[in-house]
Amino acid sequence: MSITALELSGITKRFGSFTANNDVSLTVRKGTIHAIAGENGAGKSTLSNIIYGLVQPDAGTLSIDNKPCRLTSPREAIKAGIGMVHQHFMLSGNLSVLENILLGDERQGLLSPFRRSRAREVIAGIAERHGMPLDPDAMIENLSVGEEQRVEILKLLYRNAQLLLLDEPTAVLAPSETRKLFTALRSLRDEGRTIILITHKLDEVLNIADNVSIMRKGKLIATLSCDKTSKEELARLMVGRDVVLQADNPPHTPGAPRLELRNLSMQTGNKRQRLEKLSLTIRTGEIYGIAGVEGNGQSELLQLLWGMPPADAHITGSAQLEGKELLGLQPRDIAGLGVSNVPEDRHRHAAIGQFSIENNMLLGRHREKAFARGSGFNRKAREQLLHDITTHYDLRTGGSTNQAFLSLSGGNQQKIIAGRELGRPDLRLLLLGQPTRGVDIGAIELIHNKILEARQAGVAILLVSTELEEIITLSTRIGCIYKGSIRHEFSPEEVQEGRMAPAKFSESIGMHIT
Amino acid sequence: MHKPLPRIVTPAAAITVGLLLSTLLIIAAGRDPLAMYAKIASMTFGSSYGTGQVIFRTTTLVLAGLAVAIPFRAKLFNIGGEGQVLAGAFTAAVTAAFLPSWTPAPAAVTIAVLAGALAGSAMALSAGLLKVRYGVNEVISTIMLNFIIQGFSSYMLTNHLALPSTAHTPDIVDTAIIPALWKHSPANYSVLIAAGAAIAGYILLFRTRFGYEMRASGLNPQAAAHAGIDTGLHTLTAMAAGGAAAGLVAANIVLGYRHCFESGLTAGIGFTGIAVALLSKAHPLWVLPSALLFGAMEYGGLSINAYVPKEIFMMMQAVIIIMVLVMQKK
Repeated sequence: MSITALELSGITKRFGSFTANNDVSLTVRKGTIHAIAGENGAGKSTLSNIIYGLVQPDAGTLSIDNKPCRLTSPREAIKAGIGMVHQHFMLSGNLSVLENILLGDERQGLLSPFRRSRAREVIAGIAERHGMPLDPDAMIENLSVGEEQRVEILKLLYRNAQLLLLDEPTAVLAPSETRKLFTALRSLRDEGRTIILITHKLDEVLNIADNVSIMRKGKLIATLSCDKTSKEELARLMVGRDVVLQADNPPHTPGAPRLELRNLSMQTGNKRQRLEKLSLTIRTGEIYGIAGVEGNGQSELLQLLWGMPPADAHITGSAQLEGKELLGLQPRDIAGLGVSNVPEDRHRHAAIGQFSIENNMLLGRHREKAFARGSGFNRKAREQLLHDITTHYDLRTGGSTNQAFLSLSGGNQQKIIAGRELGRPDLRLLLLGQPTRGVDIGAIELIHNKILEARQAGVAILLVSTELEEIITLSTRIGCIYKGSIRHEFSPEEVQEGRMAPAKFSESIGMHIT
Repeated sequence: MHKPLPRIVTPAAAITVGLLLSTLLIIAAGRDPLAMYAKIASMTFGSSYGTGQVIFRTTTLVLAGLAVAIPFRAKLFNIGGEGQVLAGAFTAAVTAAFLPSWTPAPAAVTIAVLAGALAGSAMALSAGLLKVRYGVNEVISTIMLNFIIQGFSSYMLTNHLALPSTAHTPDIVDTAIIPALWKHSPANYSVLIAAGAAIAGYILLFRTRFGYEMRASGLNPQAAAHAGIDTGLHTLTAMAAGGAAAGLVAANIVLGYRHCFESGLTAGIGFTGIAVALLSKAHPLWVLPSALLFGAMEYGGLSINAYVPKEIFMMMQAVIIIMVLVMQKK
């Protein structure tokens, strides 16, 4: 059975002089899960926006169920049976699940009677069938990220979408939620629906997809069947060269304790206990990895150590950097002690989108004496910094360094942040929050190597990541965080051993974080 | 991926649209637009009195424009230029009127100018404090402060300060007068203060580390805070600097022109300042040509009031601003 659900031929889309999609042809068979993989900036998002009618191609044709069509808006795409789950959800927080699903439904006339109970039954039925349990009357603002995503999918199913486009659906999910999502997607496929999965995580591609198309620099390089390929082959196709997936991790030789956290507790205004007597020690020249499902206190720990706890937080315990208490200090004082921070949320906390690349390289380091000249900046020192980060981090800015930070791909953005923070003079402690989230493979490889270099140079590093693979690859020791405290700690020997058999090690870490 | 347009394009297109509209209105009013524009040209830059009027108005608008532009860079919308100009003018006039007549000229001018700047600054700073301390939106607080200073100055004028059977304060001491640029011209040497303020604003914002922090706070306060920048401090200084610029208008209007305070002396200046700042895209140096344009339109409209209603030019100003905003959104 090979009915074509979607066929693209010769799709080309240019933005100014930049070609986002170059002669892309693709056939997606009905009842399959088809992954589109590629690095950031490879043109995946443009392609999915074209399929969803958000962007019109300059050339090429699109046909659905073998019928050629032109989609000029998402409204038409929905009519044609295409639904999309965006990376950032489009839900109204102050409405219930049911209301969000019904919102904007074509079948609902403005003045026709509102059959709430009927809709509730239909939705409950769909949810049940595909293993996506949800309370239809829960308010969106009280849902977890995974549940919100379920609402988005149910919204599409309620509108009877036959082709589902998911843009990086697992970027925001914990491992357990990812498993549930995949179960639901398989069930949808078995029902005859078609799913297009946009992603850059190759493990997921191999895990769930039937076929995979690889994009690079706007071109569709290859379409392969997932049982006839390997992660290495996909990575090579994506990046265009051989990639070392596992960063080479030299032996760890931790030194004296540098950061000591003792019985850290934090309670926020609504009596929520965010951290509960958390204790850990990080030594010089070691990477302490914190593994855990998002929302178990990792963000709060990073905020606290960077001097930015929520205003209404009640904090007890101590956090000492070489005997100096960090709690109560401001970020600029903490930075002054030789601490660097790569915040979890790049866009909101780490950079200023409208500022130039150069200005972002200075952000937070602009007080350093080396950059000062009178009340202004020393231009030579700034240019040196720009040059250093650009070359050492292989920045691809397409020429102008005056362009806005926002216009760069995620990988290049994160390289700038990493370059800035790792380059702090006399660096003693490095706080890393999701250092490679939303970053392509090539950039991950580079950033991982730079982190390991810093460790070799004797920096103490705290690594918070929801990617177990990243934690296992980099860490000297691993602490499993659960409900605000370290529930279990893996010793350097155990981690070293675990690195040999990552899949099995992931499982045993998983036991301690759920 | 779009190349940004050169920054002159938006204002130029906006002005063109404004001109077209006013041309239509002049035709509708039954006049020949070309003749009217020729008349405006000869009445403004064609005569020394007209030139003086335009420079005088431009001086005021540069300062009123800076009052909005500088806070705008810290993401603060200072609607209170009106009240800050009034506070500055009132304070400078009263201070200069009560100075002993033997005060030497440099001292008298300096004291009066500083008094005006401080009064404007204090007005704006209180809105900044309300924002930093209590989270009160500066748009609301500056509008309220406008009412407060209007009420206060008008009460003080009518009940305590006005000369008997007049509606103005006593004249300022002679030594506090800022001399005219040439005889019978309203334009005076405070035009240098305005130009200096624009340059100082530019240097502060774009050439110092302080300004780097201020712009960072305005563009992304959370990221700025993570970078160890005290965003509250920048809210306060941006408001204080903007208010001081508004207060400096007193130098031009009171010390350089009217030599006393009367009710309605500064009416509308703060609001035109908003328009000037928007057209300049909140860039202190672009405030200069922007203010010149509005100054010329204001006096140009007035000069042909006998033939076509000056309200046409008011409409033109508003059309230009709306066009700028429309085109910035793309």
